[in-house]
Amino acid sequence: MNFLAPIGAVALAFLGHLGRLVIFTGAAVSHCVRPPFYPRHILRQMIDIGYYSLPVVGLTAIFSGMVLALQSYTGFARFSAESAIANVVVISLTRELGPVLAGLMVAGRIGASMAAEIGTMRVTEQIDALTTLSTNPFKYLVAPRLIAGFLMLPVLVLVADIIGVFGGYMVAVYKLDFNAGIYLSNTIEFLEPLDVISGLVKAAVFGFIIALMGCYSGYHSKGGAQGVGTATTNAVVSSSILILTFNYVITELFFGT
Amino acid sequence: MTPKIRLNDVKKSFGEKKVLDGVSLDIAKGESVVVIGGSGTGKSVLIKCILGILLADSGAIEIDGEDVTHRRASEREAVNKKFGMLFQGGALFDSLPVWENVAFGLIQGDHMNRKDAKAKAIETLAKVGLSAEVGELLPVELSGGMQKRVGLARAIAGSPEIVFFDEPTTGLDPIMGDVINDLIVSCVRNQGITALSITHDMASAKKIGDRIAMLYQGKLIWVGDAKGVDASGNPFVEQFVHGRAEGPIKMQVRR
Repeated sequence: MNFLAPIGAVALAFLGHLGRLVIFTGAAVSHCVRPPFYPRHILRQMIDIGYYSLPVVGLTAIFSGMVLALQSYTGFARFSAESAIANVVVISLTRELGPVLAGLMVAGRIGASMAAEIGTMRVTEQIDALTTLSTNPFKYLVAPRLIAGFLMLPVLVLVADIIGVFGGYMVAVYKLDFNAGIYLSNTIEFLEPLDVISGLVKAAVFGFIIALMGCYSGYHSKGGAQGVGTATTNAVVSSSILILTFNYVITELFFGT
Repeated sequence: MTPKIRLNDVKKSFGEKKVLDGVSLDIAKGESVVVIGGSGTGKSVLIKCILGILLADSGAIEIDGEDVTHRRASEREAVNKKFGMLFQGGALFDSLPVWENVAFGLIQGDHMNRKDAKAKAIETLAKVGLSAEVGELLPVELSGGMQKRVGLARAIAGSPEIVFFDEPTTGLDPIMGDVINDLIVSCVRNQGITALSITHDMASAKKIGDRIAMLYQGKLIWVGDAKGVDASGNPFVEQFVHGRAEGPIKMQVRR
């Protein structure tokens, strides 16, 4: 029966990890809605997440829109359905590609940076120092990041949607010789508010997940530089997996039959 | 008279490992006690249990007669306001300038406005021999000795009643170590602060402590006057004080 022992150990470790994450999430959310708040920190995080992520998210969005238009054209031309390209581009971007790609890019940029910063504070006793200075680390470090992530990802995704549609427009009009007016009218005509709203809801959830996993991994990091490195990797990997999982769950909730 | 800090049979384990195994100690108001002991004997754990950063498994920790044993740090803001702490590595916030590090507790804990807090921070920096210009630097721009001094300034800026010093002279040259010791002695005596320090450095322990306690295998095996530590009559203390490899304390060295 010895072969069961390692399986049991892994299962127990996983459950312990899950329990800690649930407790951490509960504490973090409760501190997001209870004063005192730190508006300066929230603003700083909003700028870091929103403004400084714009170039990477914008580049991802524009190339995704361009590739989508080009791929759709080569596929749809076989069925003489080229006129559907504008619809495919805008619906794919607003519902799926905008939030998921922005989420994954921000997870790599912001999730890693949060885990590294908080992890370094943990291993250098700066978090203990906060406690001795009558400052709750959840309120000071975690809550501003969660609030900023939750608020800024939808804004980033909205911008990414617009840039992505513009990328598709550029390829369709200047490379594939589509009529600009017809392409734009097709884009607007078939786009429904729910397409955009579902993408923004996903973005808010993804922003929360990225900040949560970044803070959680950093907060529980151990040891020195290696511990911080592990925390950073864990933050990016776990938030990426959760983004893809919750993407399906939210899609099912909005569009499942 | 109620002691400022009372530890009664405090125990703390990590898994199978007993780190504190029934520690009892009373520290009077205005007294400076130094806990000595080898690396990994639980000195830092002892301080973290008192601060509420770690929770003791059993026993009682009282501050001014109030039992705070099972209260987490977040649940005992009023008690925490009595504390100041100088961390071993400084634990300065590297994203904030020096003055803001010193004023952190005043701004966040006491809600003092930033202008007044900065003035108080500069005044406190002067007490540890640092100029106002240093206040504008970032911690990364300071030497190890200056970082310790800033850490000390941060620990005393909020006029705490109790200050904890975790290895205050570790990593410093002997002269800078003595400067820090002098600063600790003057801060503690001038402000009537109760101090609990942990250190390996016997010169420092004898200088800053009124009493010395030795922690070994999770227990306080000797507590006595700092002046009498060289003639304690305890073979464990004597081995540690004189830094001998031979004696009852066996270091776990793999050969």
